[in-house]
Amino acid sequence: MLVLLLGIIVLHVAVLVLLFVSTIVSQWLVGNGHTADLWQNCSSLHVPSAFQCQTSSTNEWLQSVQAMMILSIIFSVLSLFLFFCQLFTLTKGGRFYITGIFQILAGLCVMSGAAIFTVRYTEWQIPSDDISFGFAYILAWVAFPLAAISGVIYIILRKRE
Amino acid sequence: MTSLGASWSGSSVLLVLLFSVLVLSPTLAIHVYTHREIHGTVGSHITLSCSFWSSEWISEDISITWHFQPESSRDSITIFHYAKGQPYIDDVGTFKERMEWVGNPYNKDGSIVIHNLQYTDNGTFTCDVKNPPDIVGKSSQVTLYVFEKVPTRYGMVLGSIIGGVLLLVLLVVVIAYLIRYCWLRRQAALQRRLSAMEKGKLQRAGKDSSKRGRQAPVLYAMLDHSRSTKAVSEKKGKGGLGDSRKDKK
Repeated sequence: MLVLLLGIIVLHVAVLVLLFVSTIVSQWLVGNGHTADLWQNCSSLHVPSAFQCQTSSTNEWLQSVQAMMILSIIFSVLSLFLFFCQLFTLTKGGRFYITGIFQILAGLCVMSGAAIFTVRYTEWQIPSDDISFGFAYILAWVAFPLAAISGVIYIILRKRE
Repeated sequence: MTSLGASWSGSSVLLVLLFSVLVLSPTLAIHVYTHREIHGTVGSHITLSCSFWSSEWISEDISITWHFQPESSRDSITIFHYAKGQPYIDDVGTFKERMEWVGNPYNKDGSIVIHNLQYTDNGTFTCDVKNPPDIVGKSSQVTLYVFEKVPTRYGMVLGSIIGGVLLLVLLVVVIAYLIRYCWLRRQAALQRRLSAMEKGKLQRAGKDSSKRGRQAPVLYAMLDHSRSTKAVSEKKGKGGLGDSRKDKK
């Protein structure tokens, strides 16, 4: 059953990597020559051939999205750490409840962050025709079901010897 | 020979003096520190703090001056002056009856408080301290912004959300573990009591009383029921690392 264990760990690490990339990379909203993410707006429109970045607005909704993404990363890392702890300390036949709960929490945080962003992004970004969602935004939405599945797997899993 | 030696020692002393003056003199100045910018709300009060460092002892001739340059003008007017141990507050200008001296020069503090802020108070305040003989130094400026309500600092919402959720989760986890610990302890105590009762009943009578002993305590039935529900859920549960459910019993 080592293969199963490895597969579960790979899934968890994949979710973690998705969360990290989604939070850090500057590709939540893209327009022509203009990208915006949770932390800064970068554009190469005003000064051609130069990429200028400035920090995003201090809107409360943007801050809550940032908080949710950071929280999801924290929960996922905690869940990985607790998984390894429980792997060695859980009694035979026991279930990885804590690990699964934290992973599900991470998925919920990512979902709420992405949802808040979707609804409220017009408050700090003037909507125009050529603004569309970038790949970091899509990664956030992909991370949510993966994290949920990973958490559910942990909850129905049982420890053997 | 002695004249040569004397001239040599004289020039070396001069060199040392020149060196010390050139190297050490930048530190023999007065340094004034204020904030860069401060925010205030209309109608409330604000403290313009000014602290300074002087290489000389604070003398009685120390003078502290506050100038004010309104936002839209290039003129700088003096609004406060402290000299010879006496503060002189503006009582004819825009800060009439609104300013208060809260500093203490001997504590290296030259702060003033402005009450009842108005929008016309937007501008730059300059704090200037002179402590004879230490008079060379830069004065320091602070820009005052007057708002209707103070905008929350960036990161307050972020930090409070993260902190709140983490605390909540920690609390829930701790409570869950406490409940589980208490329940397990209660189970263990019950087991002990039941096994003692069974032993006692076996000693007193025959098999009938042992059967009764198994049914009489209601708590034992609860224990049995919980174990049976666990068995049911195990059968329902899918996959997993093992098929050792039967081994568990």
